[in-house]
Amino acid sequence: MSPNLTYVVVVGVLFAAGVILLLERTLTRVLMGVVLLANGVNVLILAGGRYGGPPIVGTTPDDEMSDPLPQAMILTAIVITLGLTAFLLALAYRSWRLVGQDEVQDDIEDRRIIELAERDEGPEVEDVDDEGTS
Amino acid sequence: MLVLVGVHAVMAVVAPGLVRWLGRRALYVVALAPLATLCWALARTNDTVTESYTWVAQLGIDLDLRMATLNWLLAVLVAGIGAIVLAYSVRYFPEGQQGLGRYAAVFVAFAGAMFGLVVADNLFLLYVFWELTTVFSYLLIAQDPTRRANRWAATQALLVTTLGGLAMLAGFVILGQAAGTYRWSEIEANPPRGGHLAAAVVLILLGALSKSAIFPFSFWLPSAMAAPTPVSAYLHAAAMVKAGVFLVALLGPTLGADPPWRPLLLATGVLTMLLAGWTALRQHDLKLMLAYGTVSQLGLLTAVFGGSSRNAGLAGAAMLLAHALFKSTLFLVVGIIDVTTGTRDLRELSGLGRRQPALAAIAILAGASMAGLPPFMGFVGKEAAFDAFLHGHRTGDLAVLAGLVIGSTLTVAYTLRFLWGAFADKEGKTTTAPPIAPDWLVWPGILAVAGLAVGAAAKPLGGSLDRYADLFPAEGAAYHLAVWHGFTGPLGLSVLVLVAGGALFYYRHRLPRLGLPFDGSAVYQRVMNGLDRLAVELTGATQRGSLPFYLGVILLALVAGLGGILIGPAPWPDDARAWDTSLQVVVAVGIVVAAVAAVRALRRLTAMVLVGLSGYGVAVLFILHGAPDLALTQFLVETATIVMVVLVLRRLPAKFSERTIRTSRLGRIALGIAVGVVAAGMTFVAVGAREATPVSAIFPELAVSFGGGDNVVNVVLVDIRAWDTMGEISVLVVAATGVASLIFRRTEALQRRRGVPGPAGGPPGWLGAGPSGQSIILQVVTRLIFHAIVLFSVFLLFSGHNAPGGGFAGGLVAGLALTVRYLAGGQAELTAAAPIDAGMVLGAGLIVSVGTGVLAMLAGGQVLQTAIVDKHLPVLGDLHLVTSIFFDIGVYLVVVGLMLDILRSLGAEIDRQEVAAG
Repeated sequence: MSPNLTYVVVVGVLFAAGVILLLERTLTRVLMGVVLLANGVNVLILAGGRYGGPPIVGTTPDDEMSDPLPQAMILTAIVITLGLTAFLLALAYRSWRLVGQDEVQDDIEDRRIIELAERDEGPEVEDVDDEGTS
Repeated sequence: MLVLVGVHAVMAVVAPGLVRWLGRRALYVVALAPLATLCWALARTNDTVTESYTWVAQLGIDLDLRMATLNWLLAVLVAGIGAIVLAYSVRYFPEGQQGLGRYAAVFVAFAGAMFGLVVADNLFLLYVFWELTTVFSYLLIAQDPTRRANRWAATQALLVTTLGGLAMLAGFVILGQAAGTYRWSEIEANPPRGGHLAAAVVLILLGALSKSAIFPFSFWLPSAMAAPTPVSAYLHAAAMVKAGVFLVALLGPTLGADPPWRPLLLATGVLTMLLAGWTALRQHDLKLMLAYGTVSQLGLLTAVFGGSSRNAGLAGAAMLLAHALFKSTLFLVVGIIDVTTGTRDLRELSGLGRRQPALAAIAILAGASMAGLPPFMGFVGKEAAFDAFLHGHRTGDLAVLAGLVIGSTLTVAYTLRFLWGAFADKEGKTTTAPPIAPDWLVWPGILAVAGLAVGAAAKPLGGSLDRYADLFPAEGAAYHLAVWHGFTGPLGLSVLVLVAGGALFYYRHRLPRLGLPFDGSAVYQRVMNGLDRLAVELTGATQRGSLPFYLGVILLALVAGLGGILIGPAPWPDDARAWDTSLQVVVAVGIVVAAVAAVRALRRLTAMVLVGLSGYGVAVLFILHGAPDLALTQFLVETATIVMVVLVLRRLPAKFSERTIRTSRLGRIALGIAVGVVAAGMTFVAVGAREATPVSAIFPELAVSFGGGDNVVNVVLVDIRAWDTMGEISVLVVAATGVASLIFRRTEALQRRRGVPGPAGGPPGWLGAGPSGQSIILQVVTRLIFHAIVLFSVFLLFSGHNAPGGGFAGGLVAGLALTVRYLAGGQAELTAAAPIDAGMVLGAGLIVSVGTGVLAMLAGGQVLQTAIVDKHLPVLGDLHLVTSIFFDIGVYLVVVGLMLDILRSLGAEIDRQEVAAG
């Protein structure tokens, strides 16, 4: 199958724009990056299927139909992206409520472990012994 | 047999309830499970019982159970001692003891697992029970989890025995693959031979030795004495540690001839016996002394079974029985001393023998068996062991014999030290102790008398055990168990052992202090510390704690990996089209411009609108491509997304926060462009590489004949690939639940997911005004058109099978109808429109979809298979009903539920929180 260059360009731009936003620390930007990436992936899958008329028996002859399988996959992907968007939005809002901004912070626990590794120490086990009767 | 395992399981489940109801007396009831097993096994003495149930036939894992002589012996011990120790526990724990219900449950579960282990005939089944006993042992050692020593000891026992267990599993797999079956009785009948077998033997022995606390794994058992004494008596003397010995005994007749088997077992066994016996002599804690004694005896058992001859096997079985009886008795005695006097230190105990003569008598009976006095079972077993190696025909037999004689001498010495330490009068000290309840004392009494009785009945018992011993290849004259064989070599050795042991005890104060060459415990500690350090280094190196860093690494790997393939071996297509219709180019330009502008936008709302624009552009691409369903869904989803985002963005600052430093921004842009280029290249190559006829070529025909619909995409969703859709709606339900749990901050707040009725002051009339501040006209108009939109969504749902539409599109339209109501009149309007819990709608949808699939299965078809019903109805005309419509109705409900949930959480609840926050 010969590739459609228009799709190729659209895929490239959507991926590039999506990744740039995804690498940001602001959650709303990350969210928009995810949406753009999802659209890019959908076009990518679409490009893999045959171009043609709507895949509805009776309106288009079988051999002129566009490929229905990628379409079903994309349809699934679109709705999942909706769920994902809602979830990310809720995360962004929650983060804003809790810390007053919707930026992803570095994980403090991870930072502590990195410091331990630099000091060549083992994990500090907080093993409290509440001595019971035996 | 499986029923008996099940009885234990059921008993374990009801045990906590019984304890709550009956108090500690419930343990008597719980003891009925092992007691039933004991009666069952005793009724089948000298029988071979087999059972088999298919489980995972493809992997050769079946529930094969078999009870031959050796299994019978172990089953009787496990069940009998289990029942007695449970009954003993009634008095051991004070009334109202914390965690007694858990103790009873785990104890009886352990007894069941142990019984399963000894009657399992399938190697995998054996492994499963093996690890179950490990887990239950962990729980029992940490019976009092508030003490650090308990937790530490439990973890150590768990790690050491699990490590051995994993090695054993690998050994089982090698063995089973070589034999072509995992059923032990079949492997036994037709043993495999070959080069890999040596590896299998070593791996299996690793498991057995670690479980039975044989050197160098012996360190975990003394630590495990942190457990309550009944647990030690049962698990760490009579039952669990015997699992390793049992495995050696079970496999010995078959694998004993393989090279590493005999030398490995003889060497580690004798070494363990001597080291632990010596250490036992130096202990002051009675329980620890018994623990080291147990390790020593386990070494003896391992060495004797490792002898792999008929007579050695017989001696091993006799010793196994003897040890289980006398060691559990002694542990129970120590438990009584500990509870009544408050100490187990032999330097503190004095004069107990005169005050508690009955207890002392029981201990002496058991001690006599341990030391090997006639006519106790311990004597019978030891005689048999001496004889087996004295008259053995293999190299090293005499060296082993020497080891056994020295080890037995140590045993006599520490037995005397134990009895002296516990009961003798010592200068200047007297220990007071309250009288012991007879219903407590009776349990160790039974075990002690049993040790005497089986010794006296050695001849008939030996006749039974011979059936096990005869599995070993015959060699020399067959030995038979008896108390009196006449004046023989072994008798002389026994006398020598008793005399030397007595002397060793007498001169105990002059013994040199001999340390172990190296301590397994220290190695364990070093390995654990090393693992912790490694984990810190590895985590520190890989978990940098920064999300952009992680994403960057993943994306760089994508660029490097896929990019490398694109530059290298990828099959670049020869021809390409610029477009299918020139309109595509126009739309593409729009998408590209919107996407680039979205990246550059500084205001949140601007950015979102631009992202939405590019999404609408993609929808137009779908139309041009010949995908009306996609276009419809994409339009609806983009609209819903914009509404959703706006709902949240109204609460967030209008502008994005300050961008970080320029260099990292340039890096991001570079990485983004690189990913874009690779993705474009991948699209180009992947599309060009498609040559074969797509699987979907037959879909149009299938859609009509099997799916009963003309819209191929919809039939793919609800029929041909319905499993995908099922997974997808599950994801939607999870996402909706996640949204709700992020926004509703407390569980009680989730009630508002049902919707909150309008403000008090009388319900607003049908076309009446909403609360002030909102547009009345808008509200009235939306109320008027709401039903039309919902009707349209239902039309889309039902027509979707033959025309663009379907559950997704229909659900989204209905969701947008609700959105319009919410936007016009806030949460009161939303509740008026949908007075129902969003979670209910989601759940109902999932149930309808899954139910459709299950019904198809119950009706005899495949899961999610479609049935087509054509009927002529009077007046209405022809009815064409396809059952997959019900699946689509479920999808519709899930999507509506998702939208409702989003409106309730991101809309109404955020409103409420803002009002509450002022």
